[in-house]
Amino acid sequence: MTKIDTSSPENVLPTPSHTVGPFYGYALPFPGGEDIAPAGHPDTITLHGYITDGEGKPLPDAFVELWGPDPDGRLPQVDGSMRRDPASGGFLGRNGVEFTGWGRVQTDANGHWYARTLRPGARGSSAPYLSVCVFARGLLVHLFTRIYLPGDAAALAADPLLSRLPQARRDTLIARPESDGTTSTYRFDIRLQGEGETVFLEFQ
Amino acid sequence: MTLTQHDIDQEIAAEHAAYEKRVADGGPIEHHPRRDYAPYRSSLLRHPKQPLVPIDVAQDPELVELASPAFGERDITEIDNDLTRQHTGEPIGERITVSGRLLDRAGRPIRGQLVEIWQANSAGRYAHQREQHDAPLDPNFTGVGRTLTDADGFYRFTTIQPGPYPWRNHVNAWRPAHIHFSVFGTAFTQRLVTQMYFPNDPLFAYDPILQSVTDDAARQRLVATYDHSLSVPEFSLGYHWDIVLDGPNATWMEEGR
Repeated sequence: MTKIDTSSPENVLPTPSHTVGPFYGYALPFPGGEDIAPAGHPDTITLHGYITDGEGKPLPDAFVELWGPDPDGRLPQVDGSMRRDPASGGFLGRNGVEFTGWGRVQTDANGHWYARTLRPGARGSSAPYLSVCVFARGLLVHLFTRIYLPGDAAALAADPLLSRLPQARRDTLIARPESDGTTSTYRFDIRLQGEGETVFLEFQ
Repeated sequence: MTLTQHDIDQEIAAEHAAYEKRVADGGPIEHHPRRDYAPYRSSLLRHPKQPLVPIDVAQDPELVELASPAFGERDITEIDNDLTRQHTGEPIGERITVSGRLLDRAGRPIRGQLVEIWQANSAGRYAHQREQHDAPLDPNFTGVGRTLTDADGFYRFTTIQPGPYPWRNHVNAWRPAHIHFSVFGTAFTQRLVTQMYFPNDPLFAYDPILQSVTDDAARQRLVATYDHSLSVPEFSLGYHWDIVLDGPNATWMEEGR
């Protein structure tokens, strides 16, 4: 039965997850999905990396969704990530002014993804991070992980999640600065299985 | 080695029996598939082997994952929920109306959130360049829709009954007709991507993706119900499909579970 009787909570049971499959590409990605930061914002960071499988092969048929706060730690409740053109039915894209905090980014044929967003601010007792949700053909239930940024060692050490992970696993959640560390470009690879497997999360 | 349907049937039966035994031994009801479900071959190298790290959301109401991105009227157009009107001509196939409510685990409606769908056309062909199935494309059907849930959590789409189609998991593998759904809740933890099926499809038993949901009752929740009151006279057949999002949200904490 798929009419849910909401008068008895014991009957309200979750709809199971399924894989996103191989053919989401003409439906879910949208132009500008990866350009989350408002144009020219001084706190813009660039994130990029590969998504790889248990044999280390990059996934050309995966996407991530990034969700995070602004530099002051505020979570936006602003729509307009995929603004549409009512005349043509096509995409107008973001307006380059408002920050929605959310983006959807597919891997390219090399399994590589990138995004430009704002450096997240801290919230609660956590070090600043972006939430990441990973979808792929072959993945029956999406996976959550987090991107923490390097720099504030004290904040990272005090983070309630990072502080209970062994060092090697903890490092899978911290992006690496490119080149000399003075840039605002970071590398974050997602390994679904095997050596260096990324830490994935389960919310309870 | 060439995998046959018989091989896959045996694996599906073994996974089902293993689940029933886990429950009989006191294990929890599993509402979702396990990510390492061998009959679906693509899952083999794409599931983590380390256990997921639990996060108790009650410890910190400020978690980023307890909020969800917002979508609004700017993100959709008026005909996005009518997949039969997106081209100059009429698509081929049986018109259907698919409607239902988006709910949280407490049965409360989720209002104003984004529901996205995509599907094959009536011949079982996706408008995707990597699709290799030798069936005709329909120039009047793309198979993509979007809408926002209303004040009672309802969504509604007008579309075409999708066809079943072959894939290459094993020899003679066929997917039952389905519509892909992507939905957001009030918390990012509730994010869901899934597939809706149609009643009494003879392919259900053979499909390792549907059978990856090993709990019989949970699997039934992926199958829409024919609803005559949703059928539109002289126009379309109606299907009702409610979606219940899992995952903790802010109200989860208020109630102390």
